[in-house]
Amino acid sequence: MKVFKLIIKNTLRHRLRSILTILGISIAVMSFGFMRTIVTAWYAGVEASAANRMITRHAVSFIFPLPLSYRDQILKIPGVEEISYANWFGGVYKDPNDWNNFFPRLAIDPETFLDLYPEFILSAEDREAFLRERNACIIGQKLALQQNLHRGDIITVDGDIYPGRWDFVVRGIYKGRDKTVDETQMLFQWKYLDEQVKQTQPGREGNVGWYVLKVKSASDIPIVAKTVDDMFYNSNAGTKTETEKEFQQSFVSMSSAIITSVKMVSYVIIGIILLVLANTIVMAARERTREYAVLKTLGFSAVHIVGLIGGESMLIAVSGGLLGLAMTFPIARGFATIFPTFFPVFNVEPLTIVLAISSALVAGIVAALFPTMRTLRTRIVDGLRQIG
Amino acid sequence: MSIVSVDSISKSYWRDSQEIPVLSNISFEIPEGEFLALMGPSGSGKTTLLNLIAGIDKPTKGEISVAGTKISSLNESELAKWRARNIGFIFQFYNLMPVLTAFENVELPLLLTSLSKKERRERAEFALKIVGLGDRINHYPKQLSGGQEQRVAIARAIVTDPTLLVADEPTGDLDKISAEEILKLLDRLNTEFKKTIVMVTHDPRAAERAHRSRHLDKGELS
Repeated sequence: MKVFKLIIKNTLRHRLRSILTILGISIAVMSFGFMRTIVTAWYAGVEASAANRMITRHAVSFIFPLPLSYRDQILKIPGVEEISYANWFGGVYKDPNDWNNFFPRLAIDPETFLDLYPEFILSAEDREAFLRERNACIIGQKLALQQNLHRGDIITVDGDIYPGRWDFVVRGIYKGRDKTVDETQMLFQWKYLDEQVKQTQPGREGNVGWYVLKVKSASDIPIVAKTVDDMFYNSNAGTKTETEKEFQQSFVSMSSAIITSVKMVSYVIIGIILLVLANTIVMAARERTREYAVLKTLGFSAVHIVGLIGGESMLIAVSGGLLGLAMTFPIARGFATIFPTFFPVFNVEPLTIVLAISSALVAGIVAALFPTMRTLRTRIVDGLRQIG
Repeated sequence: MSIVSVDSISKSYWRDSQEIPVLSNISFEIPEGEFLALMGPSGSGKTTLLNLIAGIDKPTKGEISVAGTKISSLNESELAKWRARNIGFIFQFYNLMPVLTAFENVELPLLLTSLSKKERRERAEFALKIVGLGDRINHYPKQLSGGQEQRVAIARAIVTDPTLLVADEPTGDLDKISAEEILKLLDRLNTEFKKTIVMVTHDPRAAERAHRSRHLDKGELS
C-alpha cells in the first residue's frame, strides 16, 4: 500500500461530497473555458491577420469610400508589393430577424484579392468559374453547410447600402488554410457591384471601401503607412493606413467593455473554484485532525501530511479540471452550431486549455495551504484529543 | 539495564498567562523487559508522562533517555524518525484508519521503512497472526468488534519490532472479556517476545498484570 492509495481512499470517504465538489469545479472550469473561448473568438480576426498586410481606409471612418484612383498611386509607393480592394456590401438575406442569415458579404477584386489572401483555398476550377461570370460569388464551406448552399445555387440579397435586389450565383466554395480562417464569408466581384451602381445610382461608382496592401517586409510598414497617408492628406478623402492587425483590433475595441466584462467574470469563476475546493478540503482536514495526529505519532513526517492533504486537494481539483475541460469542447461546439454567425471562428484554443487546467491546479494548491498549515501546527497531543 | 531513564522532569501547560503544572520533578527508570503500569486518578498526569516517554510531547524541564537516546534534545523531524523506529503505540480508542483494512492499518508504519512489499506483507500478516486476527486481514475497522480493533492496533504497534510499547488505557473502552484478552496479549508480548511495556491505566485489574506499578497523584510519582 502506498500513500497515494490512502489519498484516493480519503477522497472517496465522503463520496457524495467529493463528487459534488468535482462537479462544482468541473462546471466552473467549463464556464471559464467557455468564456475564454468567447474572448479568443473575439480576437480571432486579429490573430489571423498577416504580418505583411496593411489596410488603407478613409481617415474619418471605415464607412466612407475611397476613390478607385488611389490604387495606382499607392502601388507606386516603394515597399508596396501588391494591392487589392474591397467593399462591405451588407444587405439582407432571407429573414432579417434570424441571426443565422447574417454573414459577411464583400465585393472584391477577385484576381488580386485571392492572391493577397492565400489562406482562402479555392480550387482552380472554382476560381476559373468565379472569374468567368460577372455575378458569380464564392462562399466559405462553413456558410455552405449552414445555409445548405451548393455550386450553381442563387443567393438573393436585398441591398441596404446598395439598394435593390441582387442575385449572386455560387460558383465556388473556399476552405480555410487553418481553423483560424473565417469560412462564413460571401465574396463576389467588385465590378458587378460597380456596374450595377453606375446604372442605378450614378455618382457612387468608382469607389472602394478599403485597400489591402501587401508590403515587402514588416520593416516597411511604418514608412508605407506614412507615405500613403501623407499622399492623400489634402485630398477630399484622406486616408488612414495601418496594419491588418490594427485594423481588426479597431473592431474588437468597439466591444472592449463586453470583452472586459467576460474576462472579469472568468476570473471570478477561478475564485469560485477555489472557494468550492477550499471548503471541502478544510472540512476534510478538520474531520481527520485525530488521524493526522496518529500518523504523526507513528512517525509520518510533515512531508507526508502535506502529501496527504495536498494530494487529496489536487486529486479533486485535477479530476474536476479534466471533467470541466472535457465538457468545454461539446459546449463550445454546441454554441458554434446553434449560433453559427455569432463568431465565425469559435475554437477552444490550446492556451485556454492550459489556463483552465492551471486554474484548477492553482486552486488545488491554494485550497490545501490553510488546512495543511493548521494540521502541521497542531501538536500531536492536541490532535489526539480531537473528537470527530 | 534501564531502557527508559526519566531524570527530574517537569511539565507545565499554559492557559493564557497562567501556568498549570502537570508533572513535578519526576525521576525513575524502567529496566529492559519490564511491564510497568502507571496508575493514578484522572488528571494526575499519567498520559502526559507516557507522552513524554514516547516522544510525542516535550518536558518543560529535565531529561528523558530511551534506549540511550536523549529524546528531549531531538527536533520534531528527528523525533518522528525516532518514534517510527523505537515506539509502538496502543491507544485507548484504537485510532485505526477507518478507510484501511486491518492489514493496511498494520502495514502503515512499515511504509516508513525500506522493506520491500513482500517483506511488509509477511511482517504485517505475522503481526496479525500474533494477535489472533490472521483470518481478518481484509476486514475494515467498522467490521470488527472493539476488542478486535484493539488487537489490530496492537499488531500495528508491534509490527516494526519497537524498543518500547506504550499503551494508554488499552482496556478503557472495552468490555470485561475483551479487556482480559487484551491484557493476556500484552502479557504474552512481554513474556514471550520480551517487549518492554509501559501501560497507563486506572483499572487495578489491568495493573495486576504488570510487573510493577507506579502511582501518580497531583503530578508526583510514588
